[in-house]
Amino acid sequence: MNRKTVIRVRDLVKKFGSFVANDRLSFDVYEGEIFGFLGANGAGKTTAIRILTGLLEPTSGEVMVAGFDACRQPEEIKRNIGYMCQKFSLYEDLTIRENIMLYGGIYGLDRKTIKERTERLLDKLRFREYGDRLISALPLGLKQKLAFSVAVFHEPRIVFLDEPTGGVDPLTRRQFWEMIYETASAGITVFVTTHYMDEAEYCDRISIMSDGRIVALDTPSELKRKYDAGSVEDVFVKIARPGMKYSQETADINGLG
Amino acid sequence: MSKAIESSGICKTFGDRQALKDIIFDVNEGEIFGFIGPDGAGKTTLFRIISTLMLPDRGSMTILGLDSTKGYRKLRENIGYMPGSFSLYLDLSVEENLNFYASVFGTTVEENYELIRDIYSHIEPFRKRLAGRLSGGMKQKLALSCALIHKPRLLVLDEPTTGVDTVSRTEFWEMLRKLKQHDITIVISTPYVDEAMNCDRVALIQDGKLMSVDKPQNIRDGFSRKLFSARAGDKYRLLLALRNYPATLSVFPFGDSIHVTFSEETPGRELSEHLLRAGIADAVISETKAGIEDRFLELMEKNE
Repeated sequence: MNRKTVIRVRDLVKKFGSFVANDRLSFDVYEGEIFGFLGANGAGKTTAIRILTGLLEPTSGEVMVAGFDACRQPEEIKRNIGYMCQKFSLYEDLTIRENIMLYGGIYGLDRKTIKERTERLLDKLRFREYGDRLISALPLGLKQKLAFSVAVFHEPRIVFLDEPTGGVDPLTRRQFWEMIYETASAGITVFVTTHYMDEAEYCDRISIMSDGRIVALDTPSELKRKYDAGSVEDVFVKIARPGMKYSQETADINGLG
Repeated sequence: MSKAIESSGICKTFGDRQALKDIIFDVNEGEIFGFIGPDGAGKTTLFRIISTLMLPDRGSMTILGLDSTKGYRKLRENIGYMPGSFSLYLDLSVEENLNFYASVFGTTVEENYELIRDIYSHIEPFRKRLAGRLSGGMKQKLALSCALIHKPRLLVLDEPTTGVDTVSRTEFWEMLRKLKQHDITIVISTPYVDEAMNCDRVALIQDGKLMSVDKPQNIRDGFSRKLFSARAGDKYRLLLALRNYPATLSVFPFGDSIHVTFSEETPGRELSEHLLRAGIADAVISETKAGIEDRFLELMEKNE
């Protein structure tokens, strides 16, 4: 494949005491790709995402994100990525406009750019009438769509989405994925985690983590063929299981659970 | 069949927000009854009312033959409630939590051990550990053990599988099926529509209203149109092209294909030509059977 690599990971190891949370991870993510990052609870996904987003230093290994080194240039990484998770997204006690302005400002966009893009965004989401409403007054589905738009507001090269659709209704879940498709087709790489296995099928490629290691990485159709499975869910059940509990117990014993 | 719960016209309002609108349903004794809906649909409010922890503004609920507002003291002896957020004592050990809940209900762990054996045995090796230091899966098992320790006749589980991976979710439903053999009625809520099939009957809930109450198979079979499954190499382009087609009624991505319905009986040559003009030459479209999520989406459209 002759595509630009935007995330390059080689032999990434992260230890907490004697506990190995990430055990020699190696993978590439390409520009404009939708990359699904799957694994059971406690498999080590969160640790890896924290490293990729410059929030946590790896113990060893090479991690390049958007052209920057995760060990030496974590601040540069933060500036060039977008991030959204299910639990925290926007400030509830600010209005939609205020939230957008705040994030635009944090990422160093000038006033004029912020203003233009805000108007474009409100139109696109058909949010114009809501612009001056507090986030807390919005239904969850709208909040999540807005949080995603804010995460890509500064036009980053990569956006990390950590369980973005948890708890939202089936219709919003699909509208959300259309926004992901649109973003990827505009060249922004989407790195996404989910517990919905049907969503895993929407990704260009997926990796599955178990016990701190990547045990599978390919396109959904190729994985299904390889493991003789009817769906990604079946693949997941076949390979994400072994030993996973023990690693979580070990994490607990070390106080990391 | 005798009823474990009979709810008529339950309404609940917070400020200017109507959380529950005229909720009518009944639950048979011994069944697993699921409330399926997104965050904010009203599931937790309803479960607090069922657990006698909150009073409805209007309507009445009979639980295990007693009026929920008048008979709440007696009812609480027979209801096991597992709230959505973990609410055991983090600074007590696994064992201390369990003993505490048993003593509050005037019983002992030994007396009802048989009921929780399958679940508790997974965490028993860690009985001296503080609850605050358990993993998510272990906390879930402890909370379920505590909710069961007084041998309730009705178990109320508010979103026990939210945020849990697909393997652990399957395990959890297996535990519930085993509990059914002990003649316990189980009321459970979940945002995962695919979990409906694990229930005897389900209620689809959205915006404080019940959209449908039935066996999951019947809900699924209620899908009213002919459903087609479409595939192509470039899925996003296919999705946009299908949406632009004049006779298209609905288009949704569904796993590795796209589910689409049309106003015409069977899409013919015009559709293939339309797709070709959009640059899609490899589309494969065939009729498919609707799942419960297809029906959920259809009901959502009708309610809007």
